[in-house]
Amino acid sequence: MTYPMRTIDQTTQEILDLASKHFNVPAGTLAPDDDFFKKLGIDSLQTLELLSRIENHFNIELPDYEVQGVSDFRTLASRIQSRL
Amino acid sequence: MLDLAKYQSIGAALEDALDQFAKEICLIESDREREKDRLTYQEFKERAQPLARALQDSNFRAADRAAIIMTNQSKWLISAYVIFFCGGVLVPLDYKLTPDEQWQLLTHSGASVLITEYPIWRQLAASAGRASATNLRTILVTEAPSNIDLAGAHRWEDAPANNVAPTLVPRTRKEVATIVYSSGTGGRPKGCMMTHENYLEQCVALTSLYPFAPGFRYLSVLPTNHAIDFMVGFFGPFICGATVVHLRTLRPEFVRDAFAKYRITYVSLVPLVLKNLQKGLQARFDELPPGKRKIFNALVAVNKALTKSQPRLGLSRGLLKQVHAGFGGELRAIIVGGAFTEPQTLQFFYDLGIPVANGYGLTEAGTAITVNDLHPFRADTVGKPLPGMEVRIVAPDKDGIGEVLVRSKTVMSGYLNEPELTAETIVDGWLKTGDLGRFDSAGHLQLFGRKKNMIVTEEGKNIYPEDVEAVFDSLPIKEFCVFAANYIWPQRSLVGEQLVLVIHLEPGQTLTEDLRRSISLLNSRLLNYKRVHGIVLYEEDFPRTASLKIKRNALAERLAKLDRPAAIQAL
Repeated sequence: MTYPMRTIDQTTQEILDLASKHFNVPAGTLAPDDDFFKKLGIDSLQTLELLSRIENHFNIELPDYEVQGVSDFRTLASRIQSRL
Repeated sequence: MLDLAKYQSIGAALEDALDQFAKEICLIESDREREKDRLTYQEFKERAQPLARALQDSNFRAADRAAIIMTNQSKWLISAYVIFFCGGVLVPLDYKLTPDEQWQLLTHSGASVLITEYPIWRQLAASAGRASATNLRTILVTEAPSNIDLAGAHRWEDAPANNVAPTLVPRTRKEVATIVYSSGTGGRPKGCMMTHENYLEQCVALTSLYPFAPGFRYLSVLPTNHAIDFMVGFFGPFICGATVVHLRTLRPEFVRDAFAKYRITYVSLVPLVLKNLQKGLQARFDELPPGKRKIFNALVAVNKALTKSQPRLGLSRGLLKQVHAGFGGELRAIIVGGAFTEPQTLQFFYDLGIPVANGYGLTEAGTAITVNDLHPFRADTVGKPLPGMEVRIVAPDKDGIGEVLVRSKTVMSGYLNEPELTAETIVDGWLKTGDLGRFDSAGHLQLFGRKKNMIVTEEGKNIYPEDVEAVFDSLPIKEFCVFAANYIWPQRSLVGEQLVLVIHLEPGQTLTEDLRRSISLLNSRLLNYKRVHGIVLYEEDFPRTASLKIKRNALAERLAKLDRPAAIQAL
């Protein structure tokens, strides 16, 4: 059985939803171009926690180097999309 | 006490250790739940030999410089050993810097060899900064996929096996072993020239308090380019035949699992990670049903009373079995460093029977200057000077607080290519730390802020304002300057240090929402830990030198007259 590929917009939205849920932010308050360090007030360690959730959700492994220097949801989504 | 007096160099000491502990496990590398590599000291030596030959065959000579930019892994340590073995000077660079910053430091260091890993090389090769590193002759890349063009680099793994054993290139104690950058990616790079003696002496001093031995396992989480991990995650354990465990993924859950899986003896953490661990544990304790919570609290109180004068690991492990089992059951201490740690976090762990080796140091002084000796444990100080360290406080104020100065065989020989800066920093053999402190009656050092214009983040990153200013160059304003807020308004505290952007607008210009957005946008181009946290509006011309450089000290003095809370506008 094959599943249709997610579009980048779908991937981005799912990441935004996961971040909202994980950090208890009302749905719809996060946008793709938001800087997640600033918008969520999180540190690098909390970002790693979010990545673990994202990996489980998409059933992928994202090496640490792939997210090095990434600070907005859109770029993060593109890195994930390339591994789906 | 370890005796390294017979050794002249890091390479010679390590070479002996590889033979002495040939059958012991020296390295374990794990990627998530998969163990990727497990090497004995003998196997480590066998892996190192082809690389050493290849390096020597490529005309790498004594005192030549070789940089490593890699995440923590076996090949980092093998490469470092080979560089020392060949008589080279190691330049360990932070893999978290941007490619442009890495090229800048590579150029500054004059490295002729670069050893890196494929994902990092992909970014480095695509960066325009490469053109500046004209000294670089050889680039070795680990784990590169086959059939990929490496843009002039060679595969690390392709070093041909050769029956002719390479020979150690001797160095002397006073010669430079490493160039470690303590800051300066944006302005004036500060490359600390550390000698072989610096490391040999520091190793003896640190292991006198926190010994390593065969069977001890150190979990290497801090980047190995960092002075702490280099010492306690490479040189120290290797000299004593212990095991270093590397994780290729630093997600909190895998780090947690590694403690139990590998029965870790020591780990070094920055305060941010330690606090996170505390938060996680506290949440679990809070979830305990009332009855169990009561028993748990009672056990913690008993442990606290029985370990008042010194740690009693066996007893604590028995009393608080489940907590210790979560850490593998053999943890002797958590080494914390790189930045200031809040006393309540240190106390939290000590009360659970997990000593935290809290200390104070800086790269320039050869890792650690003071460390808590745990006799008794003190959460409110950074401990006593290590053996061989002379520490004094100069120009103390009425409370006895003054600048901390250090003299020791572990102090660097100077900053690379910066004789003036070196002369300002090391005066008559005393290293001026720029930190403010005082000794208490028990001989413990307490820190009370900084004299220098910089901050240290909870992640252990030193940030100098000069290193972040360039990002704001395009702002359409008259002038600007970045400061550590505590430099302008001293706080006698090292908690929550922040940078502020001081701006002076053009005549008639106002701080509009558009301008704020521009500042935020530029700020977001900096790595998250380098960002400024507030804006200070200043309405006069900045004082400048004849060559039009901003007189930072004079400007700071003027800014200090402003009321801090009112002056800093959140960004």
